[in-house]
Amino acid sequence: MDIIQKNLLEQVADLHEVPKGAYNIRANGELSSRNTTANIDIVTKEDKPGIDIIIKPGTKNESVHIPVIISESGVKDMVYNDFYIGEGADVVIIAGCGIHNMGMETSKHDGIHTFYVGKNAKIKYVEKHYGAGDGNGENVMNPETVIIMEEGSYMEMETTQIKGIDSTIRVTTAKLEAGATLEIRENIMTHGKQYAKTDFSVDLNGADSSANVVSRSVARDRSKQEFFSVINGNSECRGHSECDAIIMDEASVSASPQLTANNIDASLIHEAAIGKIAGEQLIKLMTLGLTEQEAEEQIINGFMK
Amino acid sequence: MLELKNISYVVEDENGQEKVILDDISLTIDEHFVAITGPNGGGKSTLAKIIAGIITPTSGQILLDGEDITGLNITERANKGISFAFQQPVHFKGLTVKDMVSIASGKTMTTHQVCDILSEVGLCARDYVEREVNNSLSGGELKRIEIAMILARGTKLSLFDEPEAGIDLWSFNSLIKVFEKMRDDINGAILIISHQERILNIADKIIVLANGKISNIGTKEEVFPKLLLEAVNCKRLEEKI
Repeated sequence: MDIIQKNLLEQVADLHEVPKGAYNIRANGELSSRNTTANIDIVTKEDKPGIDIIIKPGTKNESVHIPVIISESGVKDMVYNDFYIGEGADVVIIAGCGIHNMGMETSKHDGIHTFYVGKNAKIKYVEKHYGAGDGNGENVMNPETVIIMEEGSYMEMETTQIKGIDSTIRVTTAKLEAGATLEIRENIMTHGKQYAKTDFSVDLNGADSSANVVSRSVARDRSKQEFFSVINGNSECRGHSECDAIIMDEASVSASPQLTANNIDASLIHEAAIGKIAGEQLIKLMTLGLTEQEAEEQIINGFMK
Repeated sequence: MLELKNISYVVEDENGQEKVILDDISLTIDEHFVAITGPNGGGKSTLAKIIAGIITPTSGQILLDGEDITGLNITERANKGISFAFQQPVHFKGLTVKDMVSIASGKTMTTHQVCDILSEVGLCARDYVEREVNNSLSGGELKRIEIAMILARGTKLSLFDEPEAGIDLWSFNSLIKVFEKMRDDINGAILIISHQERILNIADKIIVLANGKISNIGTKEEVFPKLLLEAVNCKRLEEKI
Protein backbone atom coordinates (compact mmCIF):
# COMPACT_ATOMS: atom_id res chain seq x y z
CA MET A 1 0.00 0.00 0.00
CA ASP A 2 1.47 3.40 -0.97
CA ILE A 3 1.44 6.68 0.94
CA ILE A 4 -1.67 8.05 -0.80
CA GLN A 5 -3.59 4.88 -0.01
CA LYS A 6 -2.40 4.93 3.61
CA ASN A 7 -3.52 8.54 3.95
CA LEU A 8 -6.97 7.71 2.57
CA LEU A 9 -7.24 4.82 4.98
CA GLU A 10 -6.44 7.11 7.87
CA GLN A 11 -9.08 9.62 6.76
CA VAL A 12 -11.93 7.19 6.33
CA ALA A 13 -11.22 4.61 8.99
CA ASP A 14 -8.84 6.29 11.46
CA LEU A 15 -6.46 3.48 10.65
CA HIS A 16 -2.71 3.92 10.69
CA GLU A 17 -1.98 0.30 9.98
CA VAL A 18 -3.76 -2.97 9.44
CA PRO A 19 -6.69 -3.08 11.89
CA LYS A 20 -7.22 -5.63 14.61
CA GLY A 21 -10.11 -8.04 14.22
CA ALA A 22 -12.03 -8.66 11.02
CA TYR A 23 -11.41 -6.43 8.03
CA ASN A 24 -11.71 -6.20 4.28
CA ILE A 25 -9.78 -3.50 2.46
CA ARG A 26 -10.79 -2.81 -1.13
CA ALA A 27 -8.42 -0.71 -3.24
CA ASN A 28 -9.08 0.50 -6.78
CA GLY A 29 -11.92 -1.93 -7.31
CA GLU A 30 -10.12 -5.03 -6.07
CA LEU A 31 -9.58 -6.86 -2.81
CA SER A 32 -6.40 -5.64 -1.15
CA SER A 33 -6.43 -7.59 2.10
CA ARG A 34 -8.82 -9.41 4.40
CA ASN A 35 -8.96 -11.00 7.82
CA THR A 36 -11.73 -13.03 9.42
CA THR A 37 -12.19 -14.14 13.01
CA ALA A 38 -13.86 -17.09 14.70
CA ASN A 39 -17.11 -15.12 14.97
CA ILE A 40 -16.97 -12.89 11.91
CA ASP A 41 -16.74 -14.28 8.42
CA ILE A 42 -16.27 -12.30 5.22
CA VAL A 43 -17.13 -13.99 1.93
CA THR A 44 -16.74 -12.64 -1.59
CA LYS A 45 -20.00 -12.59 -3.54
CA GLU A 46 -20.07 -14.77 -6.63
CA ASP A 47 -22.92 -13.21 -8.60
CA LYS A 48 -21.87 -9.54 -8.29
CA PRO A 49 -19.07 -7.42 -6.82
CA GLY A 50 -19.13 -7.18 -3.06
CA ILE A 51 -18.96 -9.20 0.11
CA ASP A 52 -21.16 -10.86 2.71
CA ILE A 53 -20.20 -10.11 6.29
CA ILE A 54 -21.60 -12.77 8.57
CA ILE A 55 -21.55 -12.14 12.29
CA LYS A 56 -22.42 -15.10 14.50
CA PRO A 57 -25.22 -14.79 17.05
CA GLY A 58 -23.98 -13.62 20.44
CA THR A 59 -20.72 -12.10 19.14
CA LYS A 60 -19.71 -9.37 21.58
CA ASN A 61 -17.19 -6.53 21.57
CA GLU A 62 -15.79 -7.20 18.13
CA SER A 63 -15.31 -4.84 15.22
CA VAL A 64 -15.28 -5.06 11.43
CA HIS A 65 -13.47 -2.57 9.20
CA ILE A 66 -14.40 -2.44 5.54
CA PRO A 67 -12.74 0.61 3.99
CA VAL A 68 -12.73 1.27 0.25
CA ILE A 69 -10.00 3.40 -1.26
CA ILE A 70 -9.57 4.69 -4.77
CA SER A 71 -6.27 6.31 -5.70
CA GLU A 72 -6.36 5.92 -9.49
CA SER A 73 -8.21 8.47 -11.59
CA GLY A 74 -11.21 7.29 -13.58
CA VAL A 75 -12.01 4.20 -11.50
CA LYS A 76 -15.71 3.41 -11.41
CA ASP A 77 -16.42 1.06 -8.57
CA MET A 78 -19.73 -0.45 -7.52
CA VAL A 79 -20.15 -2.87 -4.61
CA TYR A 80 -22.90 -4.72 -2.82
CA ASN A 81 -22.07 -5.45 0.79
CA ASP A 82 -24.51 -7.42 2.91
CA PHE A 83 -24.22 -7.58 6.68
CA TYR A 84 -25.89 -10.41 8.57
CA ILE A 85 -25.81 -9.59 12.26
CA GLY A 86 -26.76 -12.59 14.37
CA GLU A 87 -29.20 -12.57 17.26
CA GLY A 88 -27.92 -10.84 20.39
CA ALA A 89 -24.61 -9.75 18.82
CA ASP A 90 -23.02 -6.45 19.84
CA VAL A 91 -20.50 -5.16 17.29
CA VAL A 92 -18.99 -2.05 15.70
CA ILE A 93 -18.78 -1.80 11.92
CA ILE A 94 -16.58 0.84 10.34
CA ALA A 95 -16.96 1.49 6.66
CA GLY A 96 -15.69 4.38 4.64
CA CYS A 97 -14.63 5.44 1.24
CA GLY A 98 -11.70 7.62 0.33
CA ILE A 99 -10.96 8.86 -3.17
CA HIS A 100 -7.72 10.54 -4.20
CA ASN A 101 -8.14 11.75 -7.74
CA MET A 102 -5.08 13.33 -9.35
CA GLY A 103 -6.28 12.89 -12.88
CA MET A 104 -8.82 14.46 -15.19
CA GLU A 105 -11.39 11.68 -15.20
CA THR A 106 -14.28 11.13 -12.82
CA SER A 107 -13.67 8.63 -10.03
CA LYS A 108 -16.80 7.07 -8.70
CA HIS A 109 -17.73 4.73 -5.89
CA ASP A 110 -21.27 3.53 -5.44
CA GLY A 111 -22.06 1.09 -2.69
CA ILE A 112 -25.18 -0.60 -1.46
CA HIS A 113 -24.89 -1.73 2.13
CA THR A 114 -27.69 -3.90 3.44
CA PHE A 115 -27.95 -4.64 7.14
CA TYR A 116 -29.97 -7.52 8.47
CA VAL A 117 -29.96 -6.79 12.18
CA GLY A 118 -31.06 -9.89 14.10
CA LYS A 119 -33.27 -10.06 17.19
CA ASN A 120 -31.91 -8.04 20.12
CA ALA A 121 -28.65 -7.41 18.26
CA LYS A 122 -26.88 -4.12 18.76
CA ILE A 123 -24.63 -2.45 16.23
CA LYS A 124 -22.83 0.78 15.75
CA TYR A 125 -22.14 1.58 12.13
CA VAL A 126 -19.70 4.36 11.29
CA GLU A 127 -19.32 5.56 7.71
CA LYS A 128 -16.97 8.29 6.50
CA HIS A 129 -16.56 9.71 3.03
CA TYR A 130 -13.56 11.69 1.98
CA GLY A 131 -12.16 12.96 -1.27
CA ALA A 132 -8.89 14.59 -2.24
CA GLY A 133 -6.78 15.26 -5.30
CA ASP A 134 -5.37 18.11 -7.31
CA GLY A 135 -6.69 17.09 -10.67
CA ASN A 136 -9.86 18.27 -12.32
CA GLY A 137 -11.47 14.85 -12.20
CA GLU A 138 -14.66 14.70 -10.16
CA ASN A 139 -15.07 12.56 -7.05
CA VAL A 140 -18.51 11.01 -6.95
CA MET A 141 -20.02 8.79 -4.25
CA ASN A 142 -23.52 7.46 -4.02
CA PRO A 143 -23.88 5.33 -0.92
CA GLU A 144 -27.11 3.47 -0.35
CA THR A 145 -27.91 1.91 2.99
CA VAL A 146 -30.74 -0.54 3.54
CA ILE A 147 -31.56 -1.41 7.14
CA ILE A 148 -33.81 -4.25 8.20
CA MET A 149 -34.22 -4.43 11.94
CA GLU A 150 -35.77 -7.36 13.76
CA GLU A 151 -37.49 -7.27 17.13
CA GLY A 152 -35.65 -5.53 19.95
CA SER A 153 -32.61 -4.69 17.83
CA TYR A 154 -30.66 -1.45 18.08
CA MET A 155 -28.62 0.34 15.46
CA GLU A 156 -26.65 3.52 15.65
CA MET A 157 -25.47 4.92 12.33
CA GLU A 158 -22.98 7.74 12.09
CA THR A 159 -22.29 9.07 8.63
CA THR A 160 -19.84 11.82 7.83
CA GLN A 161 -18.80 13.61 4.68
CA ILE A 162 -16.55 16.54 5.36
CA LYS A 163 -14.34 17.09 2.37
CA GLY A 164 -13.70 16.65 -1.30
CA ILE A 165 -16.78 14.84 -2.62
CA ASP A 166 -18.10 16.72 -5.64
CA SER A 167 -21.39 14.95 -5.96
CA THR A 168 -23.22 12.60 -3.66
CA ILE A 169 -26.67 11.12 -3.43
CA ARG A 170 -27.12 9.28 -0.16
CA VAL A 171 -30.12 7.07 0.20
CA THR A 172 -30.98 5.33 3.45
CA THR A 173 -34.08 3.19 3.96
CA ALA A 174 -35.02 1.37 7.14
CA LYS A 175 -37.76 -0.97 8.30
CA LEU A 176 -38.17 -1.53 12.02
CA GLU A 177 -39.97 -4.37 13.79
CA ALA A 178 -41.34 -4.29 17.34
CA GLY A 179 -39.12 -2.68 19.97
CA ALA A 180 -36.36 -1.84 17.47
CA THR A 181 -34.47 1.44 17.82
CA LEU A 182 -32.62 3.31 15.12
CA GLU A 183 -30.40 6.34 15.73
CA ILE A 184 -28.94 8.11 12.70
CA ARG A 185 -26.56 10.99 12.87
CA GLU A 186 -25.39 12.62 9.66
CA ASN A 187 -22.73 15.33 9.25
CA ILE A 188 -22.14 16.95 5.88
CA MET A 189 -20.03 19.85 4.79
CA THR A 190 -19.94 20.99 1.18
CA HIS A 191 -17.61 23.46 -0.54
CA GLY A 192 -17.10 24.95 -3.98
CA LYS A 193 -19.75 23.76 -6.42
CA GLN A 194 -20.40 20.45 -4.64
CA TYR A 195 -23.80 18.85 -4.53
CA ALA A 196 -25.09 16.62 -1.75
CA LYS A 197 -28.49 15.04 -1.53
CA THR A 198 -29.68 13.03 1.44
CA ASP A 199 -32.75 10.88 1.36
CA PHE A 200 -33.93 9.06 4.49
CA SER A 201 -36.98 6.87 4.55
CA VAL A 202 -37.93 5.03 7.73
CA ASP A 203 -40.90 2.68 8.25
CA LEU A 204 -41.77 2.18 11.88
CA ASN A 205 -43.72 -1.07 11.50
CA GLY A 206 -43.52 -2.72 14.90
CA ALA A 207 -45.07 -1.67 18.20
CA ASP A 208 -42.78 0.44 20.37
CA SER A 209 -40.24 0.94 17.59
CA SER A 210 -38.43 4.26 17.45
CA ALA A 211 -36.21 6.25 15.13
CA ASN A 212 -34.22 9.41 15.59
CA VAL A 213 -32.68 10.94 12.46
CA VAL A 214 -30.44 13.94 13.02
CA SER A 215 -28.65 15.76 10.22
CA ARG A 216 -26.26 18.63 10.72
CA SER A 217 -24.72 20.29 7.72
CA VAL A 218 -22.71 23.25 6.57
CA ALA A 219 -22.99 24.53 2.99
CA ARG A 220 -20.22 26.89 1.89
CA ASP A 221 -19.31 28.73 -1.30
CA ARG A 222 -21.77 27.88 -4.10
CA SER A 223 -22.54 24.36 -2.99
CA LYS A 224 -26.02 22.91 -2.94
CA GLN A 225 -27.62 20.55 -0.43
CA GLU A 226 -30.97 18.84 -0.39
CA PHE A 227 -32.38 16.98 2.58
CA PHE A 228 -35.37 14.66 2.35
CA SER A 229 -36.67 12.63 5.23
CA VAL A 230 -39.73 10.46 5.34
CA ILE A 231 -40.92 8.76 8.50
CA ASN A 232 -43.94 6.49 8.36
CA GLY A 233 -45.49 5.55 11.69
CA ASN A 234 -47.37 2.34 11.05
CA SER A 235 -47.89 1.29 14.67
CA GLU A 236 -47.51 2.62 18.17
CA CYS A 237 -44.08 4.22 17.70
CA ARG A 238 -41.92 7.28 18.11
CA GLY A 239 -40.18 9.05 15.27
CA HIS A 240 -38.10 12.20 15.34
CA SER A 241 -36.13 13.83 12.58
CA GLU A 242 -34.07 16.96 12.72
CA CYS A 243 -32.29 18.87 9.99
CA ASP A 244 -30.08 21.68 11.11
CA ALA A 245 -28.04 23.55 8.52
CA ILE A 246 -25.65 26.47 8.47
CA ILE A 247 -25.68 28.29 5.17
CA MET A 248 -22.74 30.45 4.07
CA ASP A 249 -21.64 32.50 1.09
CA GLU A 250 -23.83 31.77 -1.95
CA ALA A 251 -24.82 28.23 -1.02
CA SER A 252 -28.29 26.74 -1.21
CA VAL A 253 -29.94 24.34 1.22
CA SER A 254 -33.39 22.84 1.08
CA ALA A 255 -35.07 20.60 3.65
CA SER A 256 -38.17 18.55 2.89
CA PRO A 257 -39.41 16.57 5.84
CA GLN A 258 -42.39 14.30 5.56
CA LEU A 259 -44.21 12.56 8.39
CA THR A 260 -47.03 10.08 7.92
CA ALA A 261 -48.94 8.55 10.81
CA ASN A 262 -50.96 5.47 9.92
CA ASN A 263 -51.70 4.59 13.53
CA ILE A 264 -53.37 6.70 16.21
CA ASP A 265 -50.55 5.93 18.65
CA ALA A 266 -47.76 7.01 16.32
CA SER A 267 -45.92 10.03 17.69
CA LEU A 268 -43.84 11.82 15.05
CA ILE A 269 -41.87 15.04 15.20
CA HIS A 270 -39.78 16.92 12.70
CA GLU A 271 -37.57 19.93 13.28
CA ALA A 272 -35.77 21.82 10.54
CA ALA A 273 -33.66 24.93 10.80
CA ILE A 274 -31.54 26.63 8.14
CA GLY A 275 -29.68 29.82 8.81
CA LYS A 276 -26.39 31.62 8.72
CA ILE A 277 -24.04 31.75 11.72
CA ALA A 278 -25.63 34.07 14.29
CA GLY A 279 -23.84 37.42 14.54
CA GLU A 280 -23.92 37.28 18.32
CA GLN A 281 -22.03 33.96 18.28
CA LEU A 282 -19.24 35.56 16.26
CA ILE A 283 -19.20 38.63 18.51
CA LYS A 284 -19.03 36.51 21.68
CA LEU A 285 -16.02 34.57 20.42
CA MET A 286 -14.35 37.76 19.19
CA THR A 287 -14.67 39.26 22.69
CA LEU A 288 -12.70 36.20 23.81
CA GLY A 289 -9.87 37.20 21.49
CA LEU A 290 -10.60 35.21 18.31
CA THR A 291 -10.60 36.84 14.89
CA GLU A 292 -13.83 36.67 12.92
CA GLN A 293 -12.42 33.84 10.80
CA GLU A 294 -11.21 31.87 13.83
CA ALA A 295 -14.61 32.37 15.46
CA GLU A 296 -16.34 31.02 12.34
CA GLU A 297 -14.09 27.93 12.36
CA GLN A 298 -14.80 27.23 16.03
CA ILE A 299 -18.55 27.54 15.48
CA ILE A 300 -18.50 25.17 12.50
CA ASN A 301 -16.20 22.66 14.21
CA GLY A 302 -18.47 22.57 17.24
CA PHE A 303 -21.59 22.29 15.11
CA MET A 304 -20.20 19.37 13.10
CA LYS A 305 -18.72 17.55 16.09
CA MET B 1 -6.88 52.52 33.30
CA LEU B 2 -9.92 53.41 31.15
CA GLU B 3 -10.80 56.85 29.95
CA LEU B 4 -13.79 57.88 27.87
CA LYS B 5 -13.62 61.28 26.22
CA ASN B 6 -16.77 62.93 24.87
CA ILE B 7 -18.43 59.70 23.77
CA SER B 8 -21.68 60.23 21.87
CA TYR B 9 -23.87 57.73 20.10
CA VAL B 10 -26.68 58.91 17.88
CA VAL B 11 -29.01 56.68 15.85
CA GLU B 12 -31.84 57.37 13.45
CA ASP B 13 -35.25 56.21 14.65
CA GLU B 14 -37.94 54.72 12.41
CA ASN B 15 -39.22 58.19 11.48
CA GLY B 16 -35.81 59.31 10.33
CA GLN B 17 -35.39 61.49 13.44
CA GLU B 18 -32.04 61.58 15.25
CA LYS B 19 -32.11 59.89 18.61
CA VAL B 20 -29.32 60.50 21.10
CA ILE B 21 -28.48 57.34 23.05
CA LEU B 22 -25.29 58.65 24.66
CA ASP B 23 -24.63 62.35 24.96
CA ASP B 24 -21.03 63.51 25.37
CA ILE B 25 -19.96 61.05 28.08
CA SER B 26 -16.56 61.66 29.65
CA LEU B 27 -15.30 59.61 32.57
CA THR B 28 -12.22 57.97 33.99
CA ILE B 29 -12.11 54.58 35.65
CA ASP B 30 -9.11 53.93 37.86
CA GLU B 31 -10.88 52.19 40.71
CA HIS B 32 -10.96 48.46 41.31
CA PHE B 33 -14.73 47.90 41.22
CA VAL B 34 -17.00 50.39 39.48
CA ALA B 35 -20.75 50.03 39.04
CA ILE B 36 -22.94 51.70 36.43
CA THR B 37 -26.60 51.99 37.31
CA GLY B 38 -29.61 54.00 36.21
CA PRO B 39 -33.02 53.56 34.61
CA ASN B 40 -33.65 51.13 31.75
CA GLY B 41 -32.99 52.68 28.37
CA GLY B 42 -30.48 55.11 29.87
CA GLY B 43 -27.62 53.91 27.66
CA LYS B 44 -25.74 51.60 30.05
CA SER B 45 -25.48 48.55 27.79
CA THR B 46 -24.64 50.74 24.80
CA LEU B 47 -21.76 52.25 26.75
CA ALA B 48 -20.41 48.79 27.66
CA LYS B 49 -20.67 47.67 24.02
CA ILE B 50 -18.81 50.80 22.91
CA ILE B 51 -15.99 49.99 25.35
CA ALA B 52 -15.80 46.38 24.06
CA GLY B 53 -15.82 47.54 20.43
CA ILE B 54 -19.17 45.96 19.52
CA ILE B 55 -20.70 49.37 18.80
CA THR B 56 -18.77 52.22 17.18
CA PRO B 57 -19.49 55.58 18.80
CA THR B 58 -20.65 58.48 16.63
CA SER B 59 -17.91 60.60 18.18
CA GLY B 60 -15.45 60.55 21.03
CA GLN B 61 -12.36 58.69 22.12
CA ILE B 62 -11.59 55.64 24.27
CA LEU B 63 -8.23 55.27 25.99
CA LEU B 64 -6.96 52.15 27.71
CA ASP B 65 -3.89 52.78 29.85
CA GLY B 66 -3.34 55.95 27.86
CA GLU B 67 -3.50 54.19 24.48
CA ASP B 68 -6.20 55.28 22.04
CA ILE B 69 -8.22 52.14 21.23
CA THR B 70 -11.15 53.89 19.50
CA GLY B 71 -10.17 52.47 16.10
CA LEU B 72 -9.53 48.91 17.28
CA ASN B 73 -12.02 46.12 16.53
CA ILE B 74 -13.53 43.67 19.07
CA THR B 75 -10.73 41.10 18.73
CA GLU B 76 -7.96 43.68 19.05
CA ARG B 77 -9.55 45.15 22.16
CA ALA B 78 -10.02 41.68 23.65
CA ASN B 79 -6.32 41.06 23.11
CA LYS B 80 -5.46 44.41 24.72
CA GLY B 81 -7.16 43.17 27.88
CA ILE B 82 -10.89 43.90 27.72
CA SER B 83 -13.40 41.16 28.58
CA PHE B 84 -17.15 41.45 28.26
CA ALA B 85 -19.82 39.28 29.88
CA PHE B 86 -23.06 39.57 27.91
CA GLN B 87 -26.40 40.28 29.54
CA GLN B 88 -27.93 37.48 27.46
CA PRO B 89 -25.42 34.62 27.20
CA VAL B 90 -25.10 33.31 23.64
CA HIS B 91 -26.03 29.69 22.83
CA PHE B 92 -23.70 27.47 20.82
CA LYS B 93 -24.67 24.16 19.24
CA GLY B 94 -21.89 21.66 19.74
CA LEU B 95 -19.47 23.84 21.71
CA THR B 96 -19.14 22.55 25.26
CA VAL B 97 -18.47 24.38 28.51
CA LYS B 98 -14.92 23.04 28.36
CA ASP B 99 -14.49 24.33 24.78
CA MET B 100 -15.71 27.81 25.70
CA VAL B 101 -13.61 28.12 28.85
CA SER B 102 -10.58 26.88 26.89
CA ILE B 103 -11.17 29.40 24.09
CA ALA B 104 -11.54 32.14 26.71
CA SER B 105 -8.27 31.21 28.40
CA GLY B 106 -6.49 31.12 25.05
CA LYS B 107 -5.07 27.64 25.62
CA THR B 108 -6.20 24.02 25.70
CA MET B 109 -7.25 23.38 29.26
CA THR B 110 -7.36 20.10 31.12
CA THR B 111 -10.60 19.04 32.76
CA HIS B 112 -8.92 19.74 36.08
CA GLN B 113 -8.16 23.35 35.12
CA VAL B 114 -11.70 23.91 33.83
CA CYS B 115 -12.96 22.39 37.07
CA ASP B 116 -11.02 24.97 39.11
CA ILE B 117 -12.57 27.85 37.21
CA LEU B 118 -16.11 26.46 37.29
CA SER B 119 -15.91 25.89 41.03
CA GLU B 120 -15.11 29.61 41.39
CA VAL B 121 -18.57 30.40 40.03
CA GLY B 122 -20.27 27.69 42.04
CA LEU B 123 -20.65 25.00 39.39
CA CYS B 124 -19.60 21.42 39.89
CA ALA B 125 -17.38 20.84 36.88
CA ARG B 126 -17.98 17.12 36.67
CA ASP B 127 -21.61 17.78 35.75
CA TYR B 128 -20.84 20.54 33.28
CA VAL B 129 -17.56 20.24 31.37
CA GLU B 130 -18.97 18.21 28.52
CA ARG B 131 -22.37 19.93 28.39
CA GLU B 132 -23.15 22.01 25.32
CA VAL B 133 -23.56 25.73 25.94
CA ASN B 134 -27.18 25.82 24.77
CA ASN B 135 -30.70 26.11 26.11
CA SER B 136 -30.45 22.78 27.94
CA LEU B 137 -28.71 24.85 30.62
CA SER B 138 -30.74 27.16 32.86
CA GLY B 139 -30.41 30.94 32.79
CA GLY B 140 -28.47 30.88 36.06
CA GLU B 141 -26.08 28.21 34.78
CA LEU B 142 -25.43 30.09 31.52
CA LYS B 143 -24.75 33.27 33.51
CA ARG B 144 -22.21 31.47 35.67
CA ILE B 145 -20.48 30.01 32.61
CA GLU B 146 -20.41 33.50 31.09
CA ILE B 147 -18.67 34.75 34.24
CA ALA B 148 -16.34 31.72 34.29
CA MET B 149 -15.13 32.70 30.80
CA ILE B 150 -14.23 36.16 32.10
CA LEU B 151 -12.34 34.60 35.02
CA ALA B 152 -10.51 32.27 32.61
CA ARG B 153 -9.34 35.29 30.63
CA GLY B 154 -8.16 37.23 33.69
CA THR B 155 -7.74 40.48 31.74
CA LYS B 156 -7.08 43.93 33.16
CA LEU B 157 -10.63 45.18 32.48
CA SER B 158 -13.74 43.02 32.90
CA LEU B 159 -17.14 44.36 31.85
CA PHE B 160 -20.33 42.75 33.15
CA ASP B 161 -23.71 43.72 31.73
CA GLU B 162 -26.39 43.07 34.35
CA PRO B 163 -25.18 39.71 35.63
CA GLU B 164 -28.33 39.51 37.75
CA ALA B 165 -30.73 39.74 34.77
CA GLY B 166 -32.79 36.66 34.07
CA ILE B 167 -31.77 34.55 37.05
CA ASP B 168 -33.72 33.48 40.10
CA LEU B 169 -33.19 34.85 43.57
CA TRP B 170 -31.39 31.76 44.82
CA SER B 171 -28.88 31.91 42.02
CA PHE B 172 -28.48 35.62 42.56
CA ASN B 173 -27.59 35.25 46.23
CA SER B 174 -24.73 32.93 45.44
CA LEU B 175 -23.72 35.07 42.46
CA ILE B 176 -23.20 38.03 44.79
CA LYS B 177 -20.65 35.93 46.66
CA VAL B 178 -18.86 35.29 43.36
CA PHE B 179 -18.58 39.03 42.76
CA GLU B 180 -17.47 39.73 46.31
CA LYS B 181 -14.73 37.16 45.89
CA MET B 182 -13.81 38.47 42.47
CA ARG B 183 -13.55 41.96 43.89
CA ASP B 184 -10.98 40.69 46.40
CA ASP B 185 -9.05 38.40 44.04
CA ILE B 186 -8.96 39.93 40.59
CA ASN B 187 -5.93 41.96 39.60
CA GLY B 188 -7.60 44.22 37.09
CA ALA B 189 -10.61 46.49 37.18
CA ILE B 190 -14.26 45.45 37.12
CA LEU B 191 -16.93 47.58 35.47
CA ILE B 192 -20.36 46.20 36.20
CA ILE B 193 -23.79 47.32 35.07
CA SER B 194 -26.29 46.52 37.79
CA HIS B 195 -29.49 47.56 39.51
CA GLN B 196 -28.80 45.48 42.59
CA GLU B 197 -28.14 47.27 45.83
CA ARG B 198 -25.87 44.46 47.02
CA ILE B 199 -23.65 44.90 43.98
CA LEU B 200 -23.68 48.69 44.30
CA ASN B 201 -22.78 48.27 47.99
CA ILE B 202 -19.41 46.73 47.19
CA ALA B 203 -18.52 49.27 44.46
CA ASP B 204 -15.69 51.76 44.96
CA LYS B 205 -17.46 54.12 42.63
CA ILE B 206 -21.00 54.34 41.28
CA ILE B 207 -21.91 56.00 37.99
CA VAL B 208 -25.56 56.85 37.39
CA LEU B 209 -26.47 56.99 33.71
CA ALA B 210 -29.87 58.40 32.74
CA ASN B 211 -31.11 59.63 29.36
CA GLY B 212 -27.65 59.15 27.86
CA LYS B 213 -25.93 61.39 30.38
CA ILE B 214 -24.06 60.91 33.63
CA SER B 215 -26.49 62.24 36.22
CA ASN B 216 -24.37 61.38 39.22
CA ILE B 217 -21.01 59.89 40.04
CA GLY B 218 -19.27 59.15 43.34
CA THR B 219 -19.01 56.76 46.27
CA LYS B 220 -22.12 54.95 47.48
CA GLU B 221 -22.44 57.38 50.38
CA GLU B 222 -22.52 60.23 47.90
CA VAL B 223 -24.74 58.61 45.30
CA PHE B 224 -27.28 56.52 47.22
CA PRO B 225 -29.42 59.31 48.78
CA LYS B 226 -29.95 61.01 45.43
CA LEU B 227 -30.46 57.71 43.65
CA LEU B 228 -33.45 56.90 45.83
CA LEU B 229 -34.98 60.29 45.10
CA GLU B 230 -34.39 59.90 41.36
CA ALA B 231 -36.08 56.53 41.38
CA VAL B 232 -39.32 58.23 42.27
CA ASN B 233 -39.88 60.71 39.51
CA CYS B 234 -43.61 60.09 39.24
CA LYS B 235 -45.75 62.38 41.35
CA ARG B 236 -48.58 59.91 41.82
CA LEU B 237 -46.14 57.21 42.87
CA GLU B 238 -44.40 59.63 45.21
CA GLU B 239 -47.69 60.31 46.99
CA LYS B 240 -48.26 56.58 47.47
CA ILE B 241 -44.80 56.14 49.02
